[in-house]
Amino acid sequence: MDAVDSTGVLVLGELEDGALASTSKETLAAGRSLAGGLGQPLSLCIAGADTDAPAREAVAHGADRVYTVTNLLLAEYHPELHLEALAGVCHQTKPAIALMARTTAGRDLAPRLAARLGAGLAQDCLDMSIDPESGRMVARRPVYGGNAMAAVVCAGTPQMASIRPKAYEPLEPDPSRQGDVVPLEVALDPSMKRVRLVERIEEESEGVQLETAGIVVAGGRGLGSAAPFKELEETARLLGAGIGASRAAVDAGWVPASWQIGLTGKTISPNLYITVAISGASQHMAGCSGAKVIVAINKDAEANILKEARYGVVGDWQKVWPAFTETLRELLG
Amino acid sequence: MPLNILVLAKQVIDPEMPLSAFKVERENRRVSVPSTLPPVVNGFDENAVEAALRIKDGQEATVTVLSMGQGFALEVMKKPLSMGADTLVLLQDDAFLNTVDSFAIALALTTAIRKLGAFDLIIAGRQASDWDNAQVPLAVAEALGLPSVTTGKKVEVGDGLVTVERQTPEGAEVVEAPLPALVTVSNELGQPRYPTLRGIMAATRKQPVIWSAQDLGLDASDLRPRVETVDLYVPVTDAECELIQGEDEAESGRLLALKLREAKLI
Ligand SMILES: Cc1cc2nc3c(=O)[nH]c(=O)nc-3n(C[C@H](O)[C@H](O)[C@H](O)COP(=O)(O)OP(=O)(O)OC[C@H]3O[C@@H](n4cnc5c(N)ncnc54)[C@H](O)[C@@H]3O)c2cc1C
Ligand SMILES: Nc1ncnc2c1ncn2[C@@H]1O[C@H](COP(=O)(O)O)[C@@H](O)[C@H]1O
Repeated sequence: MDAVDSTGVLVLGELEDGALASTSKETLAAGRSLAGGLGQPLSLCIAGADTDAPAREAVAHGADRVYTVTNLLLAEYHPELHLEALAGVCHQTKPAIALMARTTAGRDLAPRLAARLGAGLAQDCLDMSIDPESGRMVARRPVYGGNAMAAVVCAGTPQMASIRPKAYEPLEPDPSRQGDVVPLEVALDPSMKRVRLVERIEEESEGVQLETAGIVVAGGRGLGSAAPFKELEETARLLGAGIGASRAAVDAGWVPASWQIGLTGKTISPNLYITVAISGASQHMAGCSGAKVIVAINKDAEANILKEARYGVVGDWQKVWPAFTETLRELLG
Repeated sequence: MPLNILVLAKQVIDPEMPLSAFKVERENRRVSVPSTLPPVVNGFDENAVEAALRIKDGQEATVTVLSMGQGFALEVMKKPLSMGADTLVLLQDDAFLNTVDSFAIALALTTAIRKLGAFDLIIAGRQASDWDNAQVPLAVAEALGLPSVTTGKKVEVGDGLVTVERQTPEGAEVVEAPLPALVTVSNELGQPRYPTLRGIMAATRKQPVIWSAQDLGLDASDLRPRVETVDLYVPVTDAECELIQGEDEAESGRLLALKLREAKLI
């Protein structure tokens, strides 16, 4: 793409039940600061069957302009059709910077879009800024499972980044903000669909949703088997908390994969995160760096989790946990 | 016609290494570990080999493993052969020094895949445990015009289709795509099989196909990175941990609950 006439920051937005996804609002906040650094406008594009309401939300959350691709074929998320729509918007609007949240769809779309546009993509970023000298975006991201941090710059245009969920807070919405809504045409036809969804298997989850929970309780390999998770669940119910696990506990088959917290699991940002028999490997911590207070119960005083926790108990969970739960019951009784 | 399966596998430093061995050379913007610590085949790529071999268990198929890097520990990269893969192709060249740039890696892999000829299915890992990019396979799929499905935990082939059960945050979904296609897999696929003694013997006798950048018709200018590292450092954590300690472990548990109450966290 030609760098000369490329300008502005474009957020590739996503819809969630017809509304602008919370991760897209976070991405708008990131885009707002970059657009400020460049002195250029911030746009958002949405591709869907009904784009009016989310377009208004995008303006309230910081967009100066919203590009819409409105097409019944986009009613349900489809990787190939949405990719085609986003690529079309990028070709027509020539952004200097294009941002997307690293959601399930973002993980599939951003790399293919970058490849299609011949652009560089910085993945899984926590923070981005504009280098005042070069005017280029500098993106910071964890690498080696979080054991190192890298600052990277994309060559070419657009400069692309995918942003880790919860890395940015959405801006306070301002319903009085004004912005243009610009409908765009992108040719789409059903024959572009090759990947076909056969079946969706929703796990029945009676508990609190991990991603939005105010308190999360999680267990690791040190629990030794599936049974202790029942005790953790009981305590979680008492606290109104969500329940999660380390990858080691998932790989052992003790709990479903959807419980996994970490780099390749869920990202959580509760006020309180209580870990039991989890060592705190960097790949686990990658999923909970947004937790305000971390509590660790671990029998090993040297465990990494105790270096990252606010409160710690060094001891055997089998002795610590029943007393902890009992006291909670008295306190919350 | 046997099914032709290609597995993309990267050699990485062992993510399970002790942290004391992990050195960030900030001035060179790269990570180093002592030469006594052998590299490994990226964990998710062993899952990819396993996924290919499970297909091969049920139907006639050949499994080719393809890797790009500046240099290789041959005994490490032969592990997929000892698990049961048929052929190992190594793209090895000093020009491949930038094995963190997804674009350069994808270009080399794509060029080699075209040179290898027709195939039905490409299986890759969901991400490489060095830079955790999760980008190379999708760039390869885009360049080859293939449909792609990511984070598979079950991969089946039949009637010209690949059917993938994939992990999602809400549970799972089953998707299918016409062959040729690209699929990435995750640890939910399950333990990769252990090499058998027979497999190890067979692997010793097999020699990898080795191609240089020149063999692929690529030079340094083709491989210029699209993402450049301008800084690399160890993040600092500033958490100050308050240890809660009672007379015994049960009392510690009790005191912890009281502490959380006092801090108005519960
Ligand atoms: C590419 C990649 C991605 C990864 N992604 C993730 C991810 O998303 N999420 C994740 O969690 N991991 C992930 N991992 C794995 C991660 O590196 C660790 O292996 C994993 O987190 C370890 O889980 P654990 O802490 O439960 O087990 P361990 O590291 O084995 O720790 C168990 C802990 O329990 C303690 N313990 C044992 N018995 C008791 C007892 N009786 N009472 C109290 N404490 C006890 C021990 O002291 C120890 O600290 C990933 C790895 C890689 C390479
Ligand atoms: N240099 C490489 N050689 C072969 N396969 C690779 C290479 N780099 C990445 N891959 C494949 O792409 C997957 C994702 O890697 P990445 O995009 O780097 O996180 C890996 O799990 C491998 O299957």
